[in-house]
Amino acid sequence: MNEPAANKYLLKLYVTGTSSRTAQAIENLRRICDQELEGRYELEIVDVLEQPQAAEDDRILATPTLIKQLPPPLRRVIGDLSDREKVLLGLELRPLDHPARNLADQ
Amino acid sequence: MKTSSDSMPVRKISTGIPTFDVIAKGGLPANRTTLVSGTAGSGKTVFATQFLAAGIGEGANGVFVTFEESAPDIRANMRSFGWDLARWEKEGKLAFVDASPDPHVETVEAGAFDLGALLARVEHAVKKVGAKRVSVDSLGAVFSQFSDQSTVRRELFRISAALKSMGVTAMMSAERTSDYGPVARLGVEEFIADNVIILRNVLDDEKRRRTIEILKFRGTDHQKGEYPFTIVEDGGIVVIPLSAIQLRQASSNVRVSSGIKELDAMCGGGFFRDSVILVSGATGTGKTLTVTQFLKGGADRGERCLLLAFEESREQLFRNATGWGTDFEKMEKDGLLKVVCNYPDVQGLEDWLLTIRRLIDEFKPKRVALDSLSALERSGTSRAFREFVIGLTSFIKHEEITGLFTSTTESLMGGSSITEAHISTLTDSIILLRYVEMLGEMKRGLTVLKMRGSMHDKRIREFTIDAKGMHLGDPFHNVSGILAGAPVHVNDPESGESGHS
Repeated sequence: MNEPAANKYLLKLYVTGTSSRTAQAIENLRRICDQELEGRYELEIVDVLEQPQAAEDDRILATPTLIKQLPPPLRRVIGDLSDREKVLLGLELRPLDHPARNLADQ
Repeated sequence: MKTSSDSMPVRKISTGIPTFDVIAKGGLPANRTTLVSGTAGSGKTVFATQFLAAGIGEGANGVFVTFEESAPDIRANMRSFGWDLARWEKEGKLAFVDASPDPHVETVEAGAFDLGALLARVEHAVKKVGAKRVSVDSLGAVFSQFSDQSTVRRELFRISAALKSMGVTAMMSAERTSDYGPVARLGVEEFIADNVIILRNVLDDEKRRRTIEILKFRGTDHQKGEYPFTIVEDGGIVVIPLSAIQLRQASSNVRVSSGIKELDAMCGGGFFRDSVILVSGATGTGKTLTVTQFLKGGADRGERCLLLAFEESREQLFRNATGWGTDFEKMEKDGLLKVVCNYPDVQGLEDWLLTIRRLIDEFKPKRVALDSLSALERSGTSRAFREFVIGLTSFIKHEEITGLFTSTTESLMGGSSITEAHISTLTDSIILLRYVEMLGEMKRGLTVLKMRGSMHDKRIREFTIDAKGMHLGDPFHNVSGILAGAPVHVNDPESGESGHS
């Protein structure tokens, strides 16, 4: 694995309109990204009501759906992103948190 | 808007399955959603595609929402049925919403969600092609993509309601775990319960049997019960017509010759044209001869004849015919005879029925002989066999064809065949051929047991066979018990004809 700093995170969030769930998901995501990926991410928000063809092309069913386009591999996180641990797992931000720290220490 | 439909009769639209539309009294209820439920391999995807293809055929565009197979897989699989989905997509008549699982992308669920994107995609696709029909195949697969089942159920309900407000007619397929049990898994019938169709694929006595049943159509009429169907190349689902077609039969008083002058006389002037005659007898009593004479009788009058032979080879049939003074080869050369020989077991009875119908459609015969029904009976269950005979006799009569079927009795001397017992009520006339032991000599006897709608000679007549065919002679005198297989000589000449009737 490369150093995290070398990785730029390219994120896309699919939402439906301006519902409270949409607002919730955006707020949750911003908070996580600001804490974990400060200055290292780009976020695009796509409203499926305005861009249904984009949802078709990306084969999205559920909203909200977060797609981690970069770095590879492609990952998806479904839901309002209220479960912080699951989001981090989905973004592969700390899937092996402790072993990684151990490696860095050695 | 919704309540106004109460006073209006429910409009129906074609499924593309002609005989199913008859059973459904028009097709699927328009602007509603119908649940099509069936076990794995019961034909749900074929139904889904055929429904859209029928619409496109009459200018109503469609959307295919697939949760299970990918769109490329469906395009490839449906080609063999003659449906070119890719072309329709190019022409703007069809749009896919490919919601099949993407095996390359790992997905994590982190909080509450809805299926807003799916709904937006369906609405977008419907708008894009101006769809009037939507097929959703199949609901079970969408449940397996998410862990929160109650959300999926609620969202599918929302999509189903949205389809209704879009004014499209939709079918959604769902899985069942068994052919006789709950309508569908996962409680999907809770939100599309108005119209339910069941597809079955049952293993019955070691033979596969497909049936289709309309469980309910809310507020509109349909035929009840299971109807057998088969799935064929270049056509998809074909439902076997039973009672639906029988209603249209017109019986005629036109008579046609049996090819045997004396037999015509016994029948009161020949067979009726739109009738089906069963010739029953033990092996060697002259069934194939009766068939041969029947075909010759047709060809002599310039009528095309079709022979479906399941017992003897072509060579054997032609040799036999020559021995009885009938030249099958010349009849064939004159275009008056078509002989199709095959083993009964090469396909199921449903497929035989379709094959025979196709042969009749192509060759347009005036006479059809089938030798023998008993051979076909062994390649299906008794129920499938009865349905085959019903389907075939209805079709033959509908096409104003005379049909002659043979059946073989097990015992040499008498009794009835199993075939006969199963189908005797379906045929218009029954002719029995019997061996008769007379004073240490084997003779052959013929009697017309039944002749619907006509007077007929009820006596048992002796007949002989020579190089010119069958010759009917005098009735047996002083003998009774021939039909029962135990002829007894009776000295009193007055009681000579008092045998069974």
